[in-house]
Amino acid sequence: MADQILNKIYVKVWRQNSPKAKGRFETYTVENVSQGSSFLEMIDILNDKLILDGKDPIAFDHDCREGICGMCSMYINGHAHGPDTEVTTCQLHMRKFHEGQTIVIEPWRSAAFPVIKDLMVDRSAFEKIQQAGGYVSVNTGGVPDGNTILIRQEDAEEAMDAAACIGCGACVATCKNSSAMLFVAAKVSQFAKLPQGKIEAKKRAKAMVAKMDELGFGNCTNTGACEMACPKSISIAHIARLNREYLTARFSD
Amino acid sequence: MSQLNSKIPAGSIAEKWSNHKAKIKVVSPANKRKLDVIVVGTGLAGASAAASLGELGYNVTAFCYQDSPRRAHSIAAQGGINAAKNYQNDNDSVYRLFYDTIKGGDYRAREANVHRLAEVSPNIIDQCVAQGVPFAREYGGLLSNRSFGGVLVSRTFYARGQTGQQLLLGAYSALNRQIHEGTVKMYTRHEMMDVVIVDGKARGVIVRDMVTGEIKRFGAHAVVLATGGYGNVFFLSTNAMGCNASASWVAYKKGAFFANPCFVQIHPTCIPVHGSQQSKLTLMSESLRNDGRVWVPKKKEDAVKLQKGEIGPNDIADEDRDFYLERRYPSYGNLVPRDVASRAAKERCDAGFGVNREGMAVFLDFKYAIQRLGRDTIAKRYGNLFQMYEKITDTDPYKEPMQIYPAIHYTMGGTWVDYNLMTTVPGLYSLGEANFSDHGANRLGASALMQGLADGYFVLPYTIGDYLGNEIMTPRIQTTLPEFEEAEKGVVAKLEKLFNIKGKTPVDHFHKRLGTIMWDHVGMSRNEAGLKQAIEEIRQLREQFYSDLLVPGELKNVNPELEKASRVADFLELGELLARDALNRKESCGGHFREESATEEGEAKRDDENFAYVSAWEYKGINEEPVLHKEELVFETIALTQRSYK
Repeated sequence: MADQILNKIYVKVWRQNSPKAKGRFETYTVENVSQGSSFLEMIDILNDKLILDGKDPIAFDHDCREGICGMCSMYINGHAHGPDTEVTTCQLHMRKFHEGQTIVIEPWRSAAFPVIKDLMVDRSAFEKIQQAGGYVSVNTGGVPDGNTILIRQEDAEEAMDAAACIGCGACVATCKNSSAMLFVAAKVSQFAKLPQGKIEAKKRAKAMVAKMDELGFGNCTNTGACEMACPKSISIAHIARLNREYLTARFSD
Repeated sequence: MSQLNSKIPAGSIAEKWSNHKAKIKVVSPANKRKLDVIVVGTGLAGASAAASLGELGYNVTAFCYQDSPRRAHSIAAQGGINAAKNYQNDNDSVYRLFYDTIKGGDYRAREANVHRLAEVSPNIIDQCVAQGVPFAREYGGLLSNRSFGGVLVSRTFYARGQTGQQLLLGAYSALNRQIHEGTVKMYTRHEMMDVVIVDGKARGVIVRDMVTGEIKRFGAHAVVLATGGYGNVFFLSTNAMGCNASASWVAYKKGAFFANPCFVQIHPTCIPVHGSQQSKLTLMSESLRNDGRVWVPKKKEDAVKLQKGEIGPNDIADEDRDFYLERRYPSYGNLVPRDVASRAAKERCDAGFGVNREGMAVFLDFKYAIQRLGRDTIAKRYGNLFQMYEKITDTDPYKEPMQIYPAIHYTMGGTWVDYNLMTTVPGLYSLGEANFSDHGANRLGASALMQGLADGYFVLPYTIGDYLGNEIMTPRIQTTLPEFEEAEKGVVAKLEKLFNIKGKTPVDHFHKRLGTIMWDHVGMSRNEAGLKQAIEEIRQLREQFYSDLLVPGELKNVNPELEKASRVADFLELGELLARDALNRKESCGGHFREESATEEGEAKRDDENFAYVSAWEYKGINEEPVLHKEELVFETIALTQRSYK
C-alpha cells in the first residue's frame, strides 16, 4: 500500500503541432513522482514543468479520469492504455513503472484517426458509424411499460457486456489492420441480444458495416489483439455475432 | 420586492402539471421547421432534449466540449436512476418519491417541480427500455431494483455499476438518430463562450472551436443550457476535468439569476486524497452502502495504530468497531442521505478516529455481506466498482474494507428557472444539474439521472412550445446583428487578456489554491468568520491571477491551458458568490452546514422562519455587489418538519 517515490523517469513522447505538421519524438525527464499517482497525473507534472520552462505543454485527451468516458487515448510502451490490463490510461498508475525507466508515448495510430495535436486524435469516424445505425428508432413518448418487454437475465447481461464499450478506440489502435470491428460489434451485438433491437437488426448491421468500410478502417483477420487491449474486456465473440447478423442481413436481400 | 415569477400552475399538487400542459401553447409542425433551438452541452439533459426537440421537428444545433456527446460526465454516474414504478409492491408511489425528494432536499426545493419530476419518472424507465438500455433483470425477465440512501423502498433501476453510462448511451443513440435524420446539427470540441441577447431575448451563442481556435457565431430562437454543475470550483471533486460553470456564468452576467450557489453536495463514499499530486477524486457508488457497513475503531489507540500502519482493519475485533451510522441512525443505518453520512464521517475523523495515514478516512466493509450472501453475489452487484477501487488503491476490497472519505460531488444550486425551466432571460433555458430546481439543499442518490432525463425528454419539449409559440413570426436570427458583433468582441478580448498576461504561474496553481480556500472555508462545515475570510482570499487570488497567470501555446490552435484559464477566471468569481450565499444563509440545511446553527447532537438545524426561500442572485457588474432576490418557498402539500433519519 505504501507508495514509493520515483526520483527520475524519462518520457519519450510524440510531438506534432497540428494535423499537417511533421511530428517527432522528444524525450523529457520527470522527477519526484509518487507511484500512487495516476499516469495522467505524471503527465500533469511534466506539463507544469514544460510551461514553467517556457515550452508548449503536451496536448492529450482526457476527461473523467475514472475509466468511463473513453476520452484518454495514449499508446504507452507499445500498448494501448499502457501495460496494465482492463484499465484506461487514466486508471493506469505509476506503480506499474520503475525508477529510471523510459516510457514511450504515442497517439493512437490509424488512418481513420488523424492526429490533431501531439497525443490528441480525431475519432469522429466513430461518431459517423454510430449515426449510421447505432440506435433503436423510437421517438420520445408513446412507448410501452418497461416490464411489458420481458428479457431473460442472461440476455440482459450479455447485452450489457457489449454495451460496456466506452468508444475509446484502443481496439483500432491495437489492430494491425486498424479494424473497427470490435467497436461496431459491441453496438450491433448489444441490440442483437435484446428484443427491442431485433426489428431493425438487418438494416443496422448493414448500415454500420458499410459506414465503417467507407471511413477507411481495415478488415478483421481474427488476431484477437483488440480484445486484449480493450479496457472493458469486450469479447471478440461479439464480432462473431456481428458477422452472423451481417451475413443474415446480406442473404435476406 | 421580488422580480421572480416561478409560474407555478394553480390546482392541487397532483393536477398542476396536467393543468399546465393543457394551457400552454403548442407549435404546429409546419412552424416548428422554421424555429431554431441551440442546445449547449449534450450529457443526459442536453442529449435527451436535443434528440426530443429534433424529433418534434425543430431545427436543433448542439454543442459539446468533448470529442463526442457520449463522453459527458453523466457517463460516470454509477448506481442507478429512481422511478416511482412500485414494481416491488413495497408501497412506493409518485407521492412517496415526491415526499422523499422534498424531505431529502431538506425542504428547500419547489414542491410543484419536484412533484412533476416524480410524475414523469416512470416514463423515463419506459423510454430507456424502449431504446435498448440493458437494465438489470430478474430471472423472470422483469426489471430489477435496488435501494438507495434516504428512502425506505426499492425504486432504483440500474445497469451494473454503469447506469449513467447506459442511460447516456441511450440518449446519445437517440441524438445520433436525429443527427442522421438531419434535424440536429452537432458540433463537438466546441465550447460556448457567451450567450447573445437581442432585445432582451436569448438569440444565440458565441463558441470557440477548440481545434482551430476560431470564434464562431450561432443564432437561434431559443437557447438551452445543459452544461452541468460547478463542483470543480473546489478543484478536487468527482467531476470530470473539463466540467466547468462558464456557460452558466456568462448567462449570469447577461441577466440569468443564479440560485442557491451554496448548496453543494459532498458525497460520503469517495476514495480518499492520496497526496499533493492528485488531480481528481473518484467516487465509489452510494449503492455500496446497501451491503457495505461503515465503521471506525471504537478505541482511539486502535485508530492511532491504523494511522501509523502498525495494524490493519482485520486486526480489529467486531466488538471494537464503531458502526457509527447504525449507532446514530438506527432506522436508516448505513443508508442515511449523503449530507448526513458525510458529516458523520467528518465528525469521527475530526475526533481522531480516522483510519488512514492522514486520519481522513473511514472504512466501508463488505466482510459481513460476503459472509451473508457469498462472494459471487457481491461480485455480481459491485464487481466493476471493486475492480476500479483495486486499480486505484492497490488494495483488494474483497479482503480488506475500502477506505472512503467525503468529496465534492454535485451542485444542487444553479441557474434559477421558473416552472417552464426558463431562466430570468426570456428564451434562455437551463436543464439538469445546471439549474437549481429539484433537489433543494441535498440531492438523493439516483435522482440526478432522473432529473436530467425528465428535463430533457418530458419537460422542456412541452414547455419550450409555450415560448416558441410566440416566435413563429420571428425570422431566422441573423448573426450579423451588432449584438453578435459585440459579444464576439468581448470573447476575443477576454481570451487575449488572459493570454497576454504572460506572468509566471500556470493556471492549475491558481485553481488548486482556489480549491483549498473553498474546501477549508466553504466546504463541509462553514462559519461566518471563515466565509468572510474566504471572500477576502478569493479576491486576492483573483488579483494575482490577472497579474501573474501564464498561458502558453497559441490562441488559434489546440490550447488546453487557454481553455482552463478561461474557466478558472469564471470559477474565481463564482467561488466568491458561493461563499457570499453561504454567508447569507445563516441556517443549516442539507449540504449547507453553518456551525452557528446546529442542534446539541450536532445535527443540522434549519430555520424555516427566516430562510424558507430560494436565494437568487442578480449580477450587477464586476466590482458591484450582487443583489439578492428571494423566492419564498410555499409548502402546500408537505408540512415542514425537522428532518430525522433516526
